Amino acid sequence: MSVLLNRQTKVLVQGITGHQGQFHAGQMRAFGTEVVGGVTPGKGGTEVDGFPVFGSVREAVDRTAATASTIFVPAPYVKDAAVEAIEAGIRLLAIVTERVPVHDCLDLMGYTRAKGCTIIGPNCPGLATAGEAKMGIMPNQLFKPGRVGVISRSGTLTYEIVNELTMAGVGQSTCIGIGGDPIIGTNMVEALDLFDKDPGTDAVVLVGEIGGTAEEEAAEKARTMRKPVVAYVAGRTAPPGKKMGHAGAIVLRGRGTAESKMRAFEAAGVKVAAYPREVPGLLSR
Amino acid sequence: MKLLEHKGKEILAAYGIPVPRGVLVASHEQLRSLTYPVALKAQVLAGGRGKAGGIRVVNNPAEAEAALDAILQLTIGGYAVKQVYAEERLDIARELYLSYTIDRSARAPLLMASRAGGVEVESLPESEMFTAHVPPTLGVLPYLFRAMRAKLGLAKEVSAQLEDIAAKAYELFRKEDAELVEINPLAVLGDGRVVAGDAKVTIDDSGLFRQPEHAGVDQDRTPLEQEAHDKGITFLQLEGDVGVIANGAGLTMATLDVLGLKGGRGGTFLDLGGTDDPEKVRQAFHILVKAKPRVILMNIFGGITKCDTVAHGVRQAMEEQPTAVPVVARIKGVNEGEAKRILRDAGMHPADSLEEAAELAVKLRGSP
Repeated sequence: MSVLLNRQTKVLVQGITGHQGQFHAGQMRAFGTEVVGGVTPGKGGTEVDGFPVFGSVREAVDRTAATASTIFVPAPYVKDAAVEAIEAGIRLLAIVTERVPVHDCLDLMGYTRAKGCTIIGPNCPGLATAGEAKMGIMPNQLFKPGRVGVISRSGTLTYEIVNELTMAGVGQSTCIGIGGDPIIGTNMVEALDLFDKDPGTDAVVLVGEIGGTAEEEAAEKARTMRKPVVAYVAGRTAPPGKKMGHAGAIVLRGRGTAESKMRAFEAAGVKVAAYPREVPGLLSR
Repeated sequence: MKLLEHKGKEILAAYGIPVPRGVLVASHEQLRSLTYPVALKAQVLAGGRGKAGGIRVVNNPAEAEAALDAILQLTIGGYAVKQVYAEERLDIARELYLSYTIDRSARAPLLMASRAGGVEVESLPESEMFTAHVPPTLGVLPYLFRAMRAKLGLAKEVSAQLEDIAAKAYELFRKEDAELVEINPLAVLGDGRVVAGDAKVTIDDSGLFRQPEHAGVDQDRTPLEQEAHDKGITFLQLEGDVGVIANGAGLTMATLDVLGLKGGRGGTFLDLGGTDDPEKVRQAFHILVKAKPRVILMNIFGGITKCDTVAHGVRQAMEEQPTAVPVVARIKGVNEGEAKRILRDAGMHPADSLEEAAELAVKLRGSP
């Protein structure tokens, strides 16, 4: 069992003729994902590594019955690509692209929710259901099928923690990289809700970081959940007022500090790891 | 990217929002042609300018010359004053507050306005502030202003001007890709006019590709941060003395945190990103060494890229950029054994875990 994505999900890659899109379409297929084709405007009718390329998402959906799409197109074209996909009937989008303008994200997220569709990202590694399918750029060899859900605002830090879980023999259901931007399609509370309802998930690992109040809201959500949640928060040494690599990772006017987030988690009964490698141990306790 | 006050006011004016008359002053000659009294205002990105002596009202050119020279000597909130803005002195009867920010949780712009502005905003009870989310694709509809009018209870003439300014500021917020538009104080003058007393405008860095007029030098970066930025490297200078380099923003933050827990302090935040390009690695090390760390702590999680490929890039970078600074490196992922051998042969200190690497970095750094 899993959330959002499984081996039956038919997945498109928008921007498949670009360097990143092409490479990761192949990696996704190697993981076991049913990648049914790609989309690049103006290059319909061609083929990339055995994947058919369509000129529009509408055409791709008509021909392949795809319901999900991974977006690799450059930031200025992300809004256009995402709306095109949703209008063509795509229900799940993972937007890997970083540096998408925040006003484009504001437009997109309101529209997507009104349409009842799900966006993961932008500025994210995507999502992976262990042993079944992945959308995005997470490394293939990390995962071990199991019953722990993972939600994270970052990429490589997630890989680090998933790797620790796998090494400790703790398998994962689905791992969702929700993205490091201020405005994202699926937030921590929504992702926690998916896992809480998933019969294939017994516990959830949350990897948060400074900036905003998503972790504080997630802590409130965790209080109402039947499943245990373990958290790690990056950025306890980050100085205020600096964007720590992610557009959303910034302490502003005393808000969004790691201390505030860790305190909120602890008050809600969520165990907080001081070091990434402590996560598997806290889960088993 | 944060804009200085004078630039922010220029943009407000371009959208039809009333601002005081003002000009940047660089020389004593310029001061002679002004109409007095004027306020001389230090142009820095820090708050608290008034308290730091960065805003002075002067009555004639002689006073202005002395004040200009004094302000240009100031450092406010870590920023040396490089520019001074001379502005007509306002006869302020009362101060209001107006801003648009982005509410991350609600995924919507947030309009805030209050009957009290200036420094009083900090201590204003939350219940006194009018706040409303703006549906981004629909914009500010009349109901928002009806609600604002009811909440603030301002005189009709003042309210009408506030609403006009709020509508124009929202247009600016959207069209200029702003993350923040804050007018504090929004000044009500003795003659009843409402004008922007200050302007804080921050442009979304990710929107700069379509806002070429704003894409200048960011005043908020150190020279070395600017050099890194120009090369496409995510780099920040921090207060410690350990040069931290990792791949991915979250992992770089976590590396700094683990270092902190082990008793060290990061002097840099350098995020290599997903790159396996040896040239990018070389440039990153070049920047890192320029930041003069006492020890370098590298933490790479090789996800897609194999560890030995990363290690080759690092060795090459170190050979081209010889330095006496010890390098502790932890590389995790596919082919990590081979990577460790390459690093050891190149004179670096490989470590198995992040904790071990941080401890070693603190030890090699010696006593401060």
